[in-house]
Amino acid sequence: MSRRPEPMQVVKQRRDGLLSALVQTIPFAAFLGVQFDRRGDELTAVLPYRDMLIGNPMLPALHGGATAGFLEVTAVVGLTWSILWPQVEAAGEDAPDPAGIALPKTIDFTVDYLRSGLPRDAYARARVNRSGRRYASVHVEGWQDNRSRLFAQATGHFLMPEPKDG
Amino acid sequence: MASSDIARQFMSNLPYNVALGIEIDDVRDGRAQMSMPYDDRFVGNPAQGVLHGGVVSALMDSSAGAAVLSHPDVMSVVATLDLRIDYLRAATPGQRLIARAHCYHVSRSVAFVSVQTFDDNTDLPVATAAGAFAMDGSAGKEAT
Repeated sequence: MSRRPEPMQVVKQRRDGLLSALVQTIPFAAFLGVQFDRRGDELTAVLPYRDMLIGNPMLPALHGGATAGFLEVTAVVGLTWSILWPQVEAAGEDAPDPAGIALPKTIDFTVDYLRSGLPRDAYARARVNRSGRRYASVHVEGWQDNRSRLFAQATGHFLMPEPKDG
Repeated sequence: MASSDIARQFMSNLPYNVALGIEIDDVRDGRAQMSMPYDDRFVGNPAQGVLHGGVVSALMDSSAGAAVLSHPDVMSVVATLDLRIDYLRAATPGQRLIARAHCYHVSRSVAFVSVQTFDDNTDLPVATAAGAFAMDGSAGKEAT
């Protein structure tokens, strides 16, 4: 006997609640102003433009450090989301409290600067290429106006948090 | 104006460096030291109070760029080509971060830099980085 599907709003609220709890776990994400747009399980990180993010006022161009920070936030959130999503979907109405989400630690992070970041909004998506019990490898693509013209990409390796005992 | 002075002047006014509180301690002859204070807003993992890697990236990218700009053979810096950062250990909460960058080789169009970042413990770096910077002789003084 199958259960009746939950109302769409309930499901949506739980997913959005989990995502916002995850992002709020990272104070630096709020400092940078990173937001996440969710379509099903797919996340797009958005970095709304602010003058604070400029590194070269003469061009002007986004600071390489701001770009790197944006991509690393995207990678950490994307990786953690990929772990949390199936857990919360499986739990359904009994979804666990999203408070106290454990984050992976960055082992290394390599940013490839393909063109200068323009003074406007930037977007990024993370792809988890390998997610093991202990290590994960994540690739991030960042773009601005044109999805196929990346302004930066990055690859990072992460140490997964120790699973919590019940 | 000597390249070290140009590097100092350029780097001290970058809006993102100002936002993070990054200060230039020393820049000369292909070497640069920059530092920044600990700030709760820059935390990446509140459970441990550890700074986010993105903050360390900004400090290391800036100091690397300044090191390249101050190198006597460099007439202009266009941009960071790539920067790889290895996180050796968590930075101790509350402590200032200090990055030391060395531009150890300059070819016709590429500058190579290594950076080490420390907190109060100067025996083991918090992070190390290797970066490559593209230079364009025809452009003005531009960085990162």
